[in-house]
Amino acid sequence: MAGEISVEQIADDMYSMVAESAGQKKLKATDLTKAMIAKYGDKVTKQDAKDAIKQLIDSGRCIYGYFGGSSIEIPHTEGAANQ
Amino acid sequence: MSDELKTPLLDELEKGAWPSFVTDLKSMAGKSNMVKDLLRQLEKSYRDKRGYWKHGGLVGVMGYGGGVIGRYSALPDEFPGVSHFHTLRINQTSGWFYTSKALNELMDIWDEHGSGLLNMHGSTGDLVFLGTVSDELEPTFRAVTEKGWDLGGSGSDLRTPSCCVGPARCENACFDTMALTYNITHKYQDELHRPMFNYKYKIKMSGCPNDCTAAIARSDMGVIGIWKDDIRVNQAEFANYVDSGFNVQEFVVEKCPTKCISVEGKEIKIDNSNCVKCMHCINTMPKALAVGKDRGVAITLGAKAPIVEGALFGSVMVPFMKMEPPFEEFHDLLGRIWEFWDEYGKNRERIGEFIVRIGLATFIEGIGLDPIPQMVKQPRDNPYIFFEEYYKEEEEK
Repeated sequence: MAGEISVEQIADDMYSMVAESAGQKKLKATDLTKAMIAKYGDKVTKQDAKDAIKQLIDSGRCIYGYFGGSSIEIPHTEGAANQ
Repeated sequence: MSDELKTPLLDELEKGAWPSFVTDLKSMAGKSNMVKDLLRQLEKSYRDKRGYWKHGGLVGVMGYGGGVIGRYSALPDEFPGVSHFHTLRINQTSGWFYTSKALNELMDIWDEHGSGLLNMHGSTGDLVFLGTVSDELEPTFRAVTEKGWDLGGSGSDLRTPSCCVGPARCENACFDTMALTYNITHKYQDELHRPMFNYKYKIKMSGCPNDCTAAIARSDMGVIGIWKDDIRVNQAEFANYVDSGFNVQEFVVEKCPTKCISVEGKEIKIDNSNCVKCMHCINTMPKALAVGKDRGVAITLGAKAPIVEGALFGSVMVPFMKMEPPFEEFHDLLGRIWEFWDEYGKNRERIGEFIVRIGLATFIEGIGLDPIPQMVKQPRDNPYIFFEEYYKEEEEK
């Protein structure tokens, strides 16, 4: 049931997904949320996923990116940036 | 590069009848290398017929996924002043009411941390700070938030809610646009700052069908004031219009889209059962006519500009909803719309495109609305909204 998987665990799982897809596919918040619900079923709610994303962003482990749509990414230097 | 600023092509833009942004930029070029190089790069763009901006997608402030739009010059060696030229969106006040003190404080911050260039207002409604470097983003954010301001939305999030002046200055307002805008802004802080949708979602509030925020054309969700009962008529004031020589027949009667107005002597008669709330007669004779007293909103969904797919106008999803604090019915509907779109929408698919793809019938079933005839597609092209209970009352009389 909801709450059985900790927000920290969800955040770690999400981080792994983001890290594995880095450079190949930009993942949106909804992609991560749906993946967690697919993995854990009703043990994870959308609010849990939202809290996990918030934790990833606020801790600096991930950042938001934008290229057409918004995505969640591992911090990196963007190609367009001038030094 | 020489310090001399030569912009013969941009100079052409100063010759028209309208105020020119080139003139504004030139007035600041003397005290800002950033503005000077902005003019130079723009001149080169006009000459070469191509843009020299690179899109930055990662710059921002800690914790926020919106509010900062990254831009870099593609020619940083030639135009070092605009090597970085990021934009910050500052959440505007409801109805765009400011004190001089507040604006001066904002501009002092922007003069210190950025180019000093301000756009009032961007298409979504924000105050737009144009041009700063990456290292100044956090200090700017800190400074504006210390003064009680916040960043607006950008990316796949709830964009900064926007409204007309509403009841603050307009007698046509059918609901408190500013109160709803303030409420939405505060209730959905996460949705505003932490992109979680398939794509952007804009909400605009217009107090009446004049739709001064262009909600029906420019917002995914338009909340437009409307009334259900009869247009209020002051026959004495109408007679004054006639006595003053105002051509009521030409300018009002013949322009009524449903021909529901007639004049007998110095008395106006309105068949309210056929009125489509176009506002023309009320706008033309504001002393004689006024919106009714049974007020609320119509809610449209699906408008957008032609970025990914073609442009769409909003269509009526809810023909009438009472709109009073705490706005529970509205929030309940919005939650259902977001939930359904979130679940079945595609990446970069606006709500209007989503409705087109899955079909209106599936959509309204998905958000828990019953189909009714008043769900008019793009109502400015079609007869607008009719409320049967008022016709029945009229017939019973």
